[in-house]
Amino acid sequence: MNRRTLFSRMAFSVGAALLGAAFALPLIWFVFAPFNAQADLDLAMPKPPTLTNFARVFANRAAVGALLNSLLQAFGTVLLVATTATLAAYALARTALRGKRVIEYVLLLFSSVVSGSAAMVPIFLIVNALGLIDTQVAVILVFTGGLLPTAMFILRDFIASIPRGYEESALVAGASPWRAFVDVVVPVLRPGVTIAAVWAFVQVWGGFLIPFVLLRSEQRMPASVEIYSFYSQAGTPIVPLLAAYSVLYSLPVIALYWYVNRKYGFRFFGGIKS
Amino acid sequence: MASIQLDKIGKSYGAIDTIREIDLAIGDGEFVCLLGPSGCGKTTTLRMIAGLEQPTRGGIRIGGRDVTHAQPKDRNIGMVFQDYALYPHMTIADNIAYPLKVRGVAADARRAQAREVADVLHIADLLDRLPAQISGGQQQRTSLARALVHPADAFLFDEPLSNLDARMRVEARAFLYHLQRSRGMTAVYVTHDQAEAMALSTRIAVMCAGDIVQYAPPLEIYRRPATTFVAGFVGDPPMNLIAAQATRTQAGIALRAGGLEMAPIASWPALDLALERGDRITVGVRPEHLRIAAGDGNRLRGKLFANEAMGPESLVTLCLDDGVRITARVFGDAPVRIDGDAVFAFDAARVTLFDAQGNRIDGQN
Amino acid sequence: MISQRGANVSSRTGIAFMTPAGLLIGLFVVFPFFWIIAVSFTNRSLLGVNALHPQFVGLKNYLDLFDPATFWSQGGFGPSLWLTIQFVVFSALLGQVLLGLVLAWISRELSPRAKSLLQGIVMLAWILPDVVVGFAWFAYLDRDAGTLNQLLHGLNFPAADFLIEHPFLTICLFNAWRGAAFSMMLFDAALQSIPPSYLETADVAGASSWQKFRDIVLPLIRGHIVTDLILITMWTFNVFTPFLLTAGGPSFETDILPIYTYRIAFKSFEFGNGAAIGVIVMLINLAFSLFYLRLAQRGLRAKGKGT
Repeated sequence: MNRRTLFSRMAFSVGAALLGAAFALPLIWFVFAPFNAQADLDLAMPKPPTLTNFARVFANRAAVGALLNSLLQAFGTVLLVATTATLAAYALARTALRGKRVIEYVLLLFSSVVSGSAAMVPIFLIVNALGLIDTQVAVILVFTGGLLPTAMFILRDFIASIPRGYEESALVAGASPWRAFVDVVVPVLRPGVTIAAVWAFVQVWGGFLIPFVLLRSEQRMPASVEIYSFYSQAGTPIVPLLAAYSVLYSLPVIALYWYVNRKYGFRFFGGIKS
Repeated sequence: MASIQLDKIGKSYGAIDTIREIDLAIGDGEFVCLLGPSGCGKTTTLRMIAGLEQPTRGGIRIGGRDVTHAQPKDRNIGMVFQDYALYPHMTIADNIAYPLKVRGVAADARRAQAREVADVLHIADLLDRLPAQISGGQQQRTSLARALVHPADAFLFDEPLSNLDARMRVEARAFLYHLQRSRGMTAVYVTHDQAEAMALSTRIAVMCAGDIVQYAPPLEIYRRPATTFVAGFVGDPPMNLIAAQATRTQAGIALRAGGLEMAPIASWPALDLALERGDRITVGVRPEHLRIAAGDGNRLRGKLFANEAMGPESLVTLCLDDGVRITARVFGDAPVRIDGDAVFAFDAARVTLFDAQGNRIDGQN
Repeated sequence: MISQRGANVSSRTGIAFMTPAGLLIGLFVVFPFFWIIAVSFTNRSLLGVNALHPQFVGLKNYLDLFDPATFWSQGGFGPSLWLTIQFVVFSALLGQVLLGLVLAWISRELSPRAKSLLQGIVMLAWILPDVVVGFAWFAYLDRDAGTLNQLLHGLNFPAADFLIEHPFLTICLFNAWRGAAFSMMLFDAALQSIPPSYLETADVAGASSWQKFRDIVLPLIRGHIVTDLILITMWTFNVFTPFLLTAGGPSFETDILPIYTYRIAFKSFEFGNGAAIGVIVMLINLAFSLFYLRLAQRGLRAKGKGT
């Protein structure tokens, strides 16, 4: 290696490191603060490192309840999304329904158009009309509706990649269409369902706007909203608790992403995150 | 086992006829190959017998029972797919036993029957593995075992050997022959490989563009191809076909084409009839009926194009004046010495003639 | 073989399978779309007479939005729309796409371990829940003790209260930081799909790194870039997360459309007005997705021809 390429190699490495550091900087504080009982907004080594903050979070019933609410809402949505999306995606992939293409097209359009705070106006009114304001069911249903189109498309692609011969050989072997679906399609589809389910889970887990708009009472709030209870009356954060709670609240998401990314790679990230 | 009847079966997608109108009677214990190029409708025909595809018109009977609108599960058939369609999440044993499982056979009995079939197919030691862990040939036999595990009325094969390498294919072919003949199975077998069809069938149905063009025992198809299509499809290398112009002379019917020298032949009624429809006649000669010889008589004259020594035989190809290529099969492992301009000789009695529409002209031999 | 195979699921079963999903999507996606249009022609509000008996007011809500007298007033629709366009251009098109491209290009040259470290950090910014990154940045930017000001202090730069002094720049940087991972992964996959022999051929021909990028890589990943541009434009256009940093302020300096909509509809509870804004936002979304679907389908067709 001559001197010039050596120099450019070094410049490259330094540049890459700086870029990485720029991305890491806003999060570095989270490495120390949760373990520091006197944590403040500055970057400081905890002396000594302690788990006190976590203990205090767990002692806070509202905070723990909020995490449980998040779990309930996320699992409820995942269950509903996974089952209904699998069925619908199977129909989209395997029937000769007339107008199937049109349905797909319209769904794709709606799912990308009806999003964000603009959509919350009519959704709030609908939930209100159904008498479901301030219920967990409303949160689950609204999340499910919004996540379904994308989940269906993820799963449809998976189903389309399953050879038709699998179901056909089951039919010829004497199985009814439903039996072939349950015995053959569902097990083979498991990676697809896992990916769609993890994606849905993460969306609900982090989702802020929907519960924020649809829920009223504190005992139903998920962690994404309830985290604000760690602010004092004056609106200043109780820093040590917030830091610990943020870490606890982020762990499932990080773990799930890590798992799915390692197991399935980029496929997971296709057209995702809305 | 049972017989299968297709009665004026047709299949259309919109305005396009994939299958025009097929009549096919398959006897109990017969092995019938549906032979043809891709897109000829052979797979669609098989899938209609299986019930995976609904015919647009006509009827299907298996063992005399009308199954035209029956679901696949109610037809009592076994089927082997081209890609085997083994379920990746089930062990070989579970794959084989699946037809028994859906029929509610108890787990112990299932296991025993699966082992029995696996023994016959020499895959008994693989029963606990997953499909991804065994070779292509073993996968093929597993899918065969799954079709055989339950006593079906008929067995359907959709190009089951096409994913195997050449050596395995010949081995599996003989195995299949033995199995079918010893058990007296009724089998319908789709293939585009004429050698497979020749080797396995009791009868071959040659298909072209949604029609059956000839339905006959293999040797009959080989010796008396009904059309130029059949002649060009069956045999490896296939029959040489030379388009010729026919004229009546005092000595008989003279056939002329670039490079073809042939003595006028005495006409017969069928040829007379064919000539009334058109004077374009196709002359067909099998490669093994061409000799490398100088001298008079019926000859084909051209430039040497290729001389391939295959071991037990040599394939010698000439290029005629108008670009048509003619291949002769010369038996024996002695090298064929030939160069530049060359001549093939043949007996007029070995020639098959086809009329202007490509149909075989009957009667002379 | 014939690809036009019939289906192995009957139409009736197909409809039955689609029904549950169809109902949910219909109720919470399709129906809201039409209802919001209907509401946008009324003076509906949360409380009072107009909650129960909203009156049809025609185009009033729309005319109010585009009323020249108030259109450009502070906290009005005009500044918000203009701000949003700038936000999309700077944080998404320049920020995320360029960052993503640079990150993907850099990762190629890194050792596997360094690559997964770099990409892991960038991913982390993307996957953490909204409220967590909101708080992280709140701490990061704190005037007195935040990591950024500590760093600036160490480098002898004056400290600043970024959320007050440079709010718009801050949410642009925030959004670029937050979303770069998607573009990075998309481009990473795109770059990996380029056969190494293409670049090796260029190496043999003596091309520089930049020439290789310009002449070989860029044309090959053009489709991915277009896809990326449209998707992140749509997402950024609808992103609500900056609300957690600035709540639209100070004095409407970060009042991008999603926040504006939220403020009108759920702070003032003027559903009619909120709906009218929502309809306009959805129409803009519709234009983007129609454009995107058009492209995607053309891409599919081209691919279909190739195989």
